[in-house]
Amino acid sequence: MAYRKKDLRNALLFISPWIVGFLAFTLYPILSSLYYSFCEYKVIKDPVWIGLANYINLFKDATYIDALQNTLYMLLIGVPVTTATAITVSILLNNKHLHHTGPFKVIFFLPTLIPTIVTCFLWIWMFDYNGIVNKCLRFFGIKGPSWLNSVMWAKPAFVFFMIWTIGNAVIIYLAGLQDIDENLYEAAAIDGAGFVRQTTTITIPLLRHTILFNVVTLIIGVFQWFAEPLIITEGGPANSTMFYSLYLYQNAFRYFKMGYASAMGWILLLISLTIILVLFRAMRFGESYGD
Amino acid sequence: MEETKTTKARKPRKRKYESLEYAPSMIAKKCVWYGILIAMAIAFVAPIMFMFFGTFKTSQELARVPFDWLPDHWRLDNIKTLFTKLPFFLYLRNTLIIVFFNIVGSLVSNSLVAYGFSRIEWPGRDKVFILVIITMILPFQVVMVPLYLLFSKLKWIGTFLPLTLTCFFGNSFYIFLLRQFLVGIPQEISSAAKIDGSGEFRIFWQLTLPLCKPALATVGIFAFIRSWNDYIGPLIFLPDSKLFTLSLAISKLKSNLDPQWPLLMSAGTLMVLPVLLLFFVLQQYFIQGVTMSGIKG
Repeated sequence: MAYRKKDLRNALLFISPWIVGFLAFTLYPILSSLYYSFCEYKVIKDPVWIGLANYINLFKDATYIDALQNTLYMLLIGVPVTTATAITVSILLNNKHLHHTGPFKVIFFLPTLIPTIVTCFLWIWMFDYNGIVNKCLRFFGIKGPSWLNSVMWAKPAFVFFMIWTIGNAVIIYLAGLQDIDENLYEAAAIDGAGFVRQTTTITIPLLRHTILFNVVTLIIGVFQWFAEPLIITEGGPANSTMFYSLYLYQNAFRYFKMGYASAMGWILLLISLTIILVLFRAMRFGESYGD
Repeated sequence: MEETKTTKARKPRKRKYESLEYAPSMIAKKCVWYGILIAMAIAFVAPIMFMFFGTFKTSQELARVPFDWLPDHWRLDNIKTLFTKLPFFLYLRNTLIIVFFNIVGSLVSNSLVAYGFSRIEWPGRDKVFILVIITMILPFQVVMVPLYLLFSKLKWIGTFLPLTLTCFFGNSFYIFLLRQFLVGIPQEISSAAKIDGSGEFRIFWQLTLPLCKPALATVGIFAFIRSWNDYIGPLIFLPDSKLFTLSLAISKLKSNLDPQWPLLMSAGTLMVLPVLLLFFVLQQYFIQGVTMSGIKG
């Protein structure tokens, strides 16, 4: 077993950068964040233990409740709309009757390559009251709202942002679609199932692992969203685009309430883990029926 | 012989099926499908086109009703202003320093770590690897505050260290990508070399690494794009305007009351151009990387 010992030593040497990184830049920050979340910590003074006060204050904080509600809006409207768009695009791109989908694949992927900061400015410019979006709407005789200054229409502008950056999801969906057995569709076609029927009974059920992965990625993304609302609206108007991580960021780096922000971070961690676990359970549950 | 027989028997049916491709109903369907795709593609590519053509427009042209796609003249004034008004090359240099260390750090550290997680058998390996996967879904916001405090204690805030040195300690996503690739290389290659008396590091360096080139290219490209496009990292860790990256500098362009759209459009175009160029040259590695990220589901 001496050989094995040498292997272990070698392996530990190989992964040593990760071990150091994990301890210093992951484990230590997580644990200290947990500790800070029970403290009042305003950077200039040392942290002072205040127990659960941060957590209790959070749920009395109207802005925090706003942030939760806005994030929930994105989860309930943004995520399904984005997912539906991504799946529709992928199914169209995967359609074997369409032979010239190459350039389309490139076009749907391009937005993911644009830096956040650039996309954000394009959004401010496009969704201005006199912006290009409203000019297009006027062409169809619709008087567009002042998107980013409207409590009602600011969030939909962010949903469009989500939709515009579906490129990665589309590629993953396409990989998933290519794994589905062609024969299933031929058999269904012989049985007289049309395109819609084939999609709902074959494509969607067999694609569920891919859908799950993409939905989880999207949900985590929504919780982590802050550069975009920070640049585009700074959370306004009237906190209507104050999303979870934006408020966390503002508490940490604008108001320097590090303890408060840490408590928000831990709640975020617990929410994300719960959602992921529930979704994975749901997938396992589906698997027991067999494919 | 029998096989040729069956294919012959099937042939007429197949031909009938192919003719369906040109049946009126199929052509109509195809038109609808292509119609939807084209409409969506236009909506997707339009913002990029606005930006590209906006580079050559004046503020008046950008605000004009009705809207023109193409600029009146292909003028380069905006780009000239950008270079004279801003220390553009300083920001470019800063960005390139960060990008360089991100690429080097990611390649060196993650290939070593991924090797340790795939090509060597050791007790508890797969359990520890689960830890790597868990850190992949860990929200950055949770560690953001303590990391900031840690770096400020180390006096790293206002230096490139938080954005460069940290790359040399592995990134769970890249470790995952490279490990997926390494697992696919037959183990016999290493065993043969081991019998010949080669050490582990030599096998890694001379045998395995050259076989990983496609995966390494993917990691390198991802590291480039992420650090080139990164906004959050520089925003938090680089308060000093001398250290601004392009992303951060562009965000400050807007701060004035006058939005300066033509300048923003030009800066955006200049920033996007290298990425697009790289994408069109190395498209396959982009797609490979994104596809592999989806396998873990």
